[in-house]
Amino acid sequence: MRNNWWKIIAVVFVLYTLIAGFLIPVPAQPILHETIRNLYFHVPMWFSMMTILFISIWHSIKYLNKSDIQSDIIATQAAHVGMLVGALGLITGSFWAKYTWGAWWVADTKLNGAAITMLIYLAYFVLRGSIDEEQKRARIAAVYNIFAYVMLIVFLMVLPRMSDSLHPGNGGNPGFNKYDLDSNMRMVFYPAVIGWILFTVWIFTLKVRIEKLKRKNLINE
Amino acid sequence: MLAKQIKHLIFKELKLEMRNKYALGGILLYVVSTIFVSYLSFKKIVTPATWNALFWIILLFASINAIAKSFINETKGKLLYMYTLASPQAIILSKIIYNSILLIVLSGLCLLTYSLFVGYIIQDLPLFLITLLLGSFGFSSLLTMVSAIASKAGNNFTLMAILSFPIIIPLLMILIKLSKNAIDGLERWDLNYLLVLLFLNVIIVALSYLLFRYLWRD
Repeated sequence: MRNNWWKIIAVVFVLYTLIAGFLIPVPAQPILHETIRNLYFHVPMWFSMMTILFISIWHSIKYLNKSDIQSDIIATQAAHVGMLVGALGLITGSFWAKYTWGAWWVADTKLNGAAITMLIYLAYFVLRGSIDEEQKRARIAAVYNIFAYVMLIVFLMVLPRMSDSLHPGNGGNPGFNKYDLDSNMRMVFYPAVIGWILFTVWIFTLKVRIEKLKRKNLINE
Repeated sequence: MLAKQIKHLIFKELKLEMRNKYALGGILLYVVSTIFVSYLSFKKIVTPATWNALFWIILLFASINAIAKSFINETKGKLLYMYTLASPQAIILSKIIYNSILLIVLSGLCLLTYSLFVGYIIQDLPLFLITLLLGSFGFSSLLTMVSAIASKAGNNFTLMAILSFPIIIPLLMILIKLSKNAIDGLERWDLNYLLVLLFLNVIIVALSYLLFRYLWRD
């Protein structure tokens, strides 16, 4: 129980997000209308993805230092879960775009950044798949992971600030924090972010445990 | 010590390249024929955006083709011999420098033939040349590292392409933006983009320098 308190917080916060997110009144904004509720689902997905990908890269660096295969398992599973929340972020964002901007996909630096992230990590999995030897696979995948992550940071952090964008928070578009987010929404948004991040980390720890058990079974067979 | 090793390794690369000229000739011919094919399909291009995009796409594919062989061609025995003689840092830096020279020649030829056939619309040539120079260096350092990674994973050309495309996009976007400015002759010397480009080049070289020593050991 002492080690699982954060899982309880995760469940409570996510349940609270689901219920309060759909019931609590939101400010009536032009164009956005009720789609503003998507804020509680779309934005936390990206926060979760960045958190989990940071865990992945951290363990890749650790692997290069110590050559401990455990770190490789953690890095891979973190990347898998990162892809899952990334895909969810893309899907929720795509719906939001359809009902506010009128298209499922628009040419925009933030959206392109999301797509590039998916491509980089899919390439990472293809790279892993093409090497058989365990230690070699772990080492080379770790090198690619670090290399790709740094380029990704440049893409996500620097470029959007240098060009205009439809997306909130860029090129003269107000970010939600400045104008639109009233205290009602804040009361849902912050728990939503914490809840989804913890939830993602929970999925990730489960996946790591499953993978370790699988490897154990392979050795015992 | 490192500088001396790098110098010798670059000379080695040059000598090898001169010994079988068909590889170099092949890649130069690749650029010229690609441009000729695009000339026959597009005739003249006068829209700056299209001109620019096509130019960089041709250069990107030619660069990938040129650099993919930099580790893939090395046999296992030869690599082992090289690693007993030189430090891994010297090897990656020498490859990056050699490939940059190759790409600078390649991009120069690309610009010449492309302007000849498809049309010359650049207003601000110095800025375009600087962009091309920094771009060649960035392409070369990034692709050399990726080709080292791909060579460890079964020497697969498809792998080289899918590993490099997503991570080269930040670089490509900045290059396209800068060269578009050069073509339009507007916003002369937008220092922001040049600085970001320079910064990106430094990051890529630093990462290659740090990470390559984990790659070469088998």
